[in-house]
Amino acid sequence: MIVADRKPFSELLEMVDGCNRIMIVGCKGCVTVCNVGGLKEVQILASALKIARKKTGTPLEIEETLLERQCDPEYIELLKNQVNDFDAVISMACGVGPQFLSEAYPEQRFFPAVNTTFFGGAVRHGIWEERCAGCGTCIIHQYDGMCPISRCSKSLMNGPCGGSSHGACEISPDTDCIWDRIVRKKMETGKVNDLINVAPVKNWRSSWHGGPRRRVREELTK
Amino acid sequence: MNEFKAASNLEKILKAGHFAFTGELGPPRGAAVQEVREKAAFLKGNVDSVNITDNQTAVVRMSSWAACLFLIQEGVEPNFQMVCRDRNRLALQADILGAYAHGIRNILCLSGDHCQFGDHPESKGVFDIDSMQLISMVKKMRDDKKFLSGGDLHEAPKLFIGAAANPFAEPYDYRPYRLAKKIEAGADFIQTQCIYNMKRFREFMKQANDMGLTEKCYILAGVTPMKSVGMAKYMKSKVPGMDVPDETISRLQGAKKGKVADEGIKIACEQIEEFKEMKGVAGVHLMAIEWENKVPEIAERAGVLPRPQI
Amino acid sequence: MSETFEPRILAFCCKYCAYAAADLAGSMRLSYPTNIKVIQVPCTGRVDIIHLLRAIEDGADGVYVAGCLEGECHFIEGNLRARKRVNYVKEVLKDIGIETERIEMYNLSSAMGPRFAEIAQEMTQKIKELGPSPVKMNQAA
Repeated sequence: MIVADRKPFSELLEMVDGCNRIMIVGCKGCVTVCNVGGLKEVQILASALKIARKKTGTPLEIEETLLERQCDPEYIELLKNQVNDFDAVISMACGVGPQFLSEAYPEQRFFPAVNTTFFGGAVRHGIWEERCAGCGTCIIHQYDGMCPISRCSKSLMNGPCGGSSHGACEISPDTDCIWDRIVRKKMETGKVNDLINVAPVKNWRSSWHGGPRRRVREELTK
Repeated sequence: MNEFKAASNLEKILKAGHFAFTGELGPPRGAAVQEVREKAAFLKGNVDSVNITDNQTAVVRMSSWAACLFLIQEGVEPNFQMVCRDRNRLALQADILGAYAHGIRNILCLSGDHCQFGDHPESKGVFDIDSMQLISMVKKMRDDKKFLSGGDLHEAPKLFIGAAANPFAEPYDYRPYRLAKKIEAGADFIQTQCIYNMKRFREFMKQANDMGLTEKCYILAGVTPMKSVGMAKYMKSKVPGMDVPDETISRLQGAKKGKVADEGIKIACEQIEEFKEMKGVAGVHLMAIEWENKVPEIAERAGVLPRPQI
Repeated sequence: MSETFEPRILAFCCKYCAYAAADLAGSMRLSYPTNIKVIQVPCTGRVDIIHLLRAIEDGADGVYVAGCLEGECHFIEGNLRARKRVNYVKEVLKDIGIETERIEMYNLSSAMGPRFAEIAQEMTQKIKELGPSPVKMNQAA
């Protein structure tokens, strides 16, 4: 899923400064799963904003809404009858949401409530970790199920570097050195020869470095 | 002359079978040329080549290649360190060509410390290619006269290619394989991480010898004399990939007041004596960090003077 | 406005401990301030962040959650979760600039009738010192 962090409250409060009536739109997709922009979080943000504005004697009226997804125009369209009735709209979806909304409703102002961070999963309840860099050329199988592009701080394809220490990355003792794990697994399973050849330089064109990406699948287009 | 890959002084010394002795110099945090020249004066005649660090520990300094040029002016052979953190493959290749055109003949290929360590932790690390790929890229440029892309280049940069090895980073058993990989990629010489744990290093060298790696590549053992007990403790606990045994610390602690640095140099000299005899070790790389003025004394006490002239 | 301030305080009480302790306090004829409005919950683990926030939003001067002693929750760790949620709300209040003491977590057992009364006293006293919630004050204005 796409993992995100809620923006600091002060930043959000500042965004709606001067507004009397706003809408907060949650998303049932990834941000619901990572507990940052689903129904519950919409309610919490709305309540906190209302408390803050009541405190300053400038009450804020808030409409709470939840969309199936904010990365599909068909759901975005569901807001068409009400979206322009507000002074501003806060989207709690990943970075896609505020953009799809802005594109669909150019008259309205949309604010992001979250900082979109990475592609990852919950390793435990309440703890998420990065697993994919979206580089566009998956090589996970070559490294026994561990991605060095997203999980090595230097995206080394021929690690580990000299900074690997007791299984941790040089950037922090809390960050696993994925190369330590890859190498150990290869050695334990007698596959160290997989690592003997120099992995060739990566073609970054499949990643964002090749420019913003777009996919057209003819069999699906109408 | 054609038998040399780069014909640098370092390559000639190693090829002739002499025990090499290389030094290190950190460029200034500013445009102070004089600082470079003064440090170079301590190294001149006492070492075969001097590594010029490239924004070491991710702290901005005068660029490595620029400081290399001042060394050449001072009559000291530089070893151009290049990290993958700050440049993409275009910039790396461009600097390699420029460095060579200006007379630089040695290069040390490194990944580079993560930006998070340095003085610009908010910067974006490049890491377009890694140190292994950098080695093979330089080799390709030198031997095949090709850019990484496969395009032809006019006049190859004849560089003596170096790489780093850390025998003390885990998993230990894999380290000789990684060394083999660097040699396979094209490393002509290796400079190791600072060695304090001699036992571990002996094991590493034994494996390297058994794998035949020392036949294919010159290995220079890294030595950094300890200036103080504080430095030893800091390196033990704070520097990733550094292995400082307790004996080293207790030996420094046992030194008389005002004699700790001297004891540090003594330990280094004892190590160098052992390296001279150790199978597969072709020389020593002395990293006297911000202690360049001590290099003449250390070289003298280590018995590596005078340096051979080839 | 110059009348003595009588705070409105909401107490989410677990039926296995705090609520039973309140009963006990009653049968022991221990008096505690009438400022406290008790809401019985099956476990404090049922109390969510939004419940606490809505209480503040709707004008409560103070809110507290009273659950079982740590390690003695009927549902293993409902009270521990409640504590984390209370702490979360404290952070929210801090961000907004409202005294974090307006929300608290307490732990007690069903046998602690006097402790229940004491907590009620303590909380009432504290909120009296803090004064009315800024939410309520400005709402009226």
